[in-house]
Amino acid sequence: MKLLEMNHIKKNFDGVPVIKDISLSVKEGEILAIIGPSGSGKSTLLRCATMLETISGGEILYLGKRAAWMENGKPEFPKKEERKEIQSCFGLVFQNFNLFPHFSVLKNVTDAPVKVQKRNKDEVYQEAKILLGKMGLADKADAYPYQLSGGQQQRVSIARALAMKPKMLFFDEPTSALDPELTGEILKVIKGLAAEHMTMVIVTHEMNFAKNVADKIIFMDKGVIAEEGTPEEVFSSDNVRMKEFLGKLSEE
Amino acid sequence: MSFEVMLRQLTVGFGQTFLIFILTLVFSLPLGMIVYFGRVSRFRPLSWLVKIYISIMRGTPLMLQLLVWYFGPYYLWGMSIGGYKLTAILLGCSLNYAAYFAEIYRSGIESIPKGQYEAAALLGYSRGQTFFKIVLPQVVKIVLPSVTNEVITLVKDTSLVYSLSYVEMFAVAKQIAAAKTTVLPFFIAGVYYYIFNYAVAWIMERFEKKLDYYR
Ligand SMILES: Nc1ncnc2c1ncn2[C@@H]1O[C@H](COP(=O)(O)OP(=O)(O)OP(=O)(O)O)[C@@H](O)[C@H]1O
Ligand SMILES: [Mg+2]
Repeated sequence: MKLLEMNHIKKNFDGVPVIKDISLSVKEGEILAIIGPSGSGKSTLLRCATMLETISGGEILYLGKRAAWMENGKPEFPKKEERKEIQSCFGLVFQNFNLFPHFSVLKNVTDAPVKVQKRNKDEVYQEAKILLGKMGLADKADAYPYQLSGGQQQRVSIARALAMKPKMLFFDEPTSALDPELTGEILKVIKGLAAEHMTMVIVTHEMNFAKNVADKIIFMDKGVIAEEGTPEEVFSSDNVRMKEFLGKLSEE
Repeated sequence: MSFEVMLRQLTVGFGQTFLIFILTLVFSLPLGMIVYFGRVSRFRPLSWLVKIYISIMRGTPLMLQLLVWYFGPYYLWGMSIGGYKLTAILLGCSLNYAAYFAEIYRSGIESIPKGQYEAAALLGYSRGQTFFKIVLPQVVKIVLPSVTNEVITLVKDTSLVYSLSYVEMFAVAKQIAAAKTTVLPFFIAGVYYYIFNYAVAWIMERFEKKLDYYR
């Protein structure tokens, strides 16, 4: 079953096309990595997929249910209840974490499951503690975000997303705000999730990581998919832009 | 007049000062939030009107506004203004301070990063939950120093109601000073204001400390 389908997605900002007719799908358990040069529209694509941004064309489906589409040239979202249900399918991990600074770590992780999903409080807290343990944050439950390193904050934000029990997770450059040493710990966490068959879409500049963890890679350039396939296919592709991109990266 | 009598009269006056101070805060702090919502309303005529209101409140002296609130109804409609004095004072002070608070709230709310709203949206918080649980608590911390400034100004601004010959501490002091040709009541009133402000600053500092648990 296809968890996510994006069909012919277009996105303009003030008439300037940023996403130009992109179609992709993600199956349950699949890991998709999106790579590409800066400004190619990777973040915009994720923001459309996670309903943070309206689309300018095409349609988005989660488990066959429409999450965004066009009607008389205008973007549409489903009504409140249905939208909430669709939204609970996915979580998003931001580049700069966006933790709630006035909530403790534990509250960051537990507040939405209790207050939004109305789940049993004791159960949520218990699960959250297990989750934090898995993230190596067992002793940080009562800390506040400002007391944590970037890598720890990012792990909290992953735990916060997971606590909602989403069917899939989006990551938008989860390591690019981090020092190289801290990057490794986040990549390890994501690999751990991959081992548990979590469905994930990951925008990243870490080519080796993408190669190792992804089932499928999409190379985006100037708002289109310039190349896609298995890691082997994409990294051995003859696509000129892809070669240029990889060349530039290895020069760095 | 003995010092004791003087002190007693001034203390009664201080009671009135305190009453005006507290009631003005009770009305203007929440009212400022409503004014803020009007200010940022997507209904253009409303936000426009609120903008004009704020600009008048901030652009003219509070004393003048008090005189207008007090004498306005009488000159305009011949309304009797006998028992209306305190109402006029509270109306004038609250509407004036609400305008300042609204602008303080606005700058605080606008300084909350967009990412906070996006994270909240992703987690399914409703708009109301996002505002009250995520945004507002952070805004309170940000605006507290500016609010403290306004509150301290208000302590001193209460003396302006003297222009409506309302009997609060400043008016009492002036009256005694004129009758007894002594500067002592002014001195006592000054000490009262100073101690009052000191207490206000102390309380506000407690609040700020309480919110020190995060950054
Ligand atoms: N809100 C916006 N308004 C106008 N233009 C925007 C907006 N958001 C993004 N853009 C533009 O869309 C283009 C794609 O941006 P996007 O952030 O999706 O790129 P990206 O592939 O994620 O880049 P990076 O690797 O640097 O994160 C850029 O040219 C950017 O300037
Ligand atoms: Mg980006």
